[in-house]
Amino acid sequence: MRNFQKVAVPVGAIVIFLLLWEFLVWVNGWPNYVMASPSDLPDAYIRFWSLFVDGSWQTLWRTVAGLALAVIFGTLLGMVMGFSRISRDALYPLLVGFNAIPKATLVPVLALLFIGQHNFNTVLMAFLISFFPIAVSVGIGLSTLEPEYRDILRSLGASRLTIFRKIALPKTLPEFFGALKVSVTLAFIGTNLVEIISPHGRGLGALFLSGQTNSNYPLMFAVLIALAVLGIILYYAVVMLEKIFAGWAERPQH
Amino acid sequence: MTNLIDIRGVTHAYQTPNGPLPVLDSLNLSVPEGEFAAVVGPSGCGKSTLTRLVAGLMKPDQGEVWLHGKLVKSPRKTVGMAFQNPVMLEWRTILQNVMLPLEIVAAGMPKAQRVARAMELLELVGLTGFENKRPSELSGGMRQRASLCRAIVHKPDVLIMDEPFGALDAFTREDLWQTMHELRAKEPFTAVLITHDLRESVYLGDQVIVLSGRPATTQYVLDVHYPGEGLRKLEGLYTPECAQMLATLREQIQIAQWRQPEPAEQ
Repeated sequence: MRNFQKVAVPVGAIVIFLLLWEFLVWVNGWPNYVMASPSDLPDAYIRFWSLFVDGSWQTLWRTVAGLALAVIFGTLLGMVMGFSRISRDALYPLLVGFNAIPKATLVPVLALLFIGQHNFNTVLMAFLISFFPIAVSVGIGLSTLEPEYRDILRSLGASRLTIFRKIALPKTLPEFFGALKVSVTLAFIGTNLVEIISPHGRGLGALFLSGQTNSNYPLMFAVLIALAVLGIILYYAVVMLEKIFAGWAERPQH
Repeated sequence: MTNLIDIRGVTHAYQTPNGPLPVLDSLNLSVPEGEFAAVVGPSGCGKSTLTRLVAGLMKPDQGEVWLHGKLVKSPRKTVGMAFQNPVMLEWRTILQNVMLPLEIVAAGMPKAQRVARAMELLELVGLTGFENKRPSELSGGMRQRASLCRAIVHKPDVLIMDEPFGALDAFTREDLWQTMHELRAKEPFTAVLITHDLRESVYLGDQVIVLSGRPATTQYVLDVHYPGEGLRKLEGLYTPECAQMLATLREQIQIAQWRQPEPAEQ
């Protein structure tokens, strides 16, 4: 029963959303070059199916690669900031400033720096846009570790590495996964930014762009929905990892 | 008599933005092997600093801390610590929490032996059947029991406790006092207990050390002669002997408070 509910409720919500969308288009009498309706989408998917499969794969792997870099770099940066006050003071303004820059402005910069390296640029952007939440949350998780936790092991003569491995790392995992959920969607934005803005792009972003140039609105909306689906899939992949590695943080339900 | 813990003329000050803040001033403390020392004193007088010194987590500005005839310079594997916050690792089961010190000081010990040792202690404190629960599924008193098990699982020379029962309700606290005596009867250890509760200090301590206000020095040492034979009973606290000891301690604390200029966060 609970499992049925777990699936039925979100699926029901999606169905209701699609119906509302269809209704809104129908009631306003919008033609599909103003606003596509869900009933236009299957046709677009069928016609461009192979492009969708190819584009989704392109977008997905570059997003995941960028995200992986963000996890590695963000965690390392978070560790540095979490353990050293000085680096925390030094890095925070830089990081916040960098994060405040609209990443769209960086696309031409990257395009000039690494001409023609489309895959590299895209992965780099996905990484740049998504490492910040991870670095901040790991940093905060480590710097707010209660001294007693450290003392318990320090009084036994444990090395810093042991303390990190046995206490600091697992204790920071819930914060880390919280940030990763935010980063997943951010990384998609980064990937698509490059795919849409840079010429000769690949992936779903490029498909969106070609829909735009051909005034094929159903195709554009179909791409948006495909992106949403990819986002949801990746998000739930993170949720699954969280359940495995940080399931303990979930309080038992009474 | 050989003392297991010998603190000689320890003076320590913390560096704060407003200049040095002296917390300990030529403090002396001796605890013979197997004895239980309870330390009481006004709030913020440096009691917690004392525990960190004994554990070797910090070095005093002046004076010496001796443990088992050796000068303490750095953390030693032979202490166990328990705090007011039970400091359970939420991602581990109770059993895994208790086994934590063994993973560090007895890395070579076979797993089965570690489990057996931890289970033996959990049984002593009445937590059998809870070993596979997560700390979040246990009450505060149970978590503190597990925390005590963890503090002594590696058979430390010294058990250092910083107000371990402070956050518990009165009945749970009395239960744990009892557990403490039962543990000591089966697993003799030398202990330093920091507490705010005078009844607790008399019920658990073989000696009660009253610290003066900050900077703290040893103001008074009371040798506890607890009424009754064998394992101490809670009823003993309500005898004239105990009332007399409590009155003495009360008086000493008042003197200490009067000496302390202002209550301060340490």
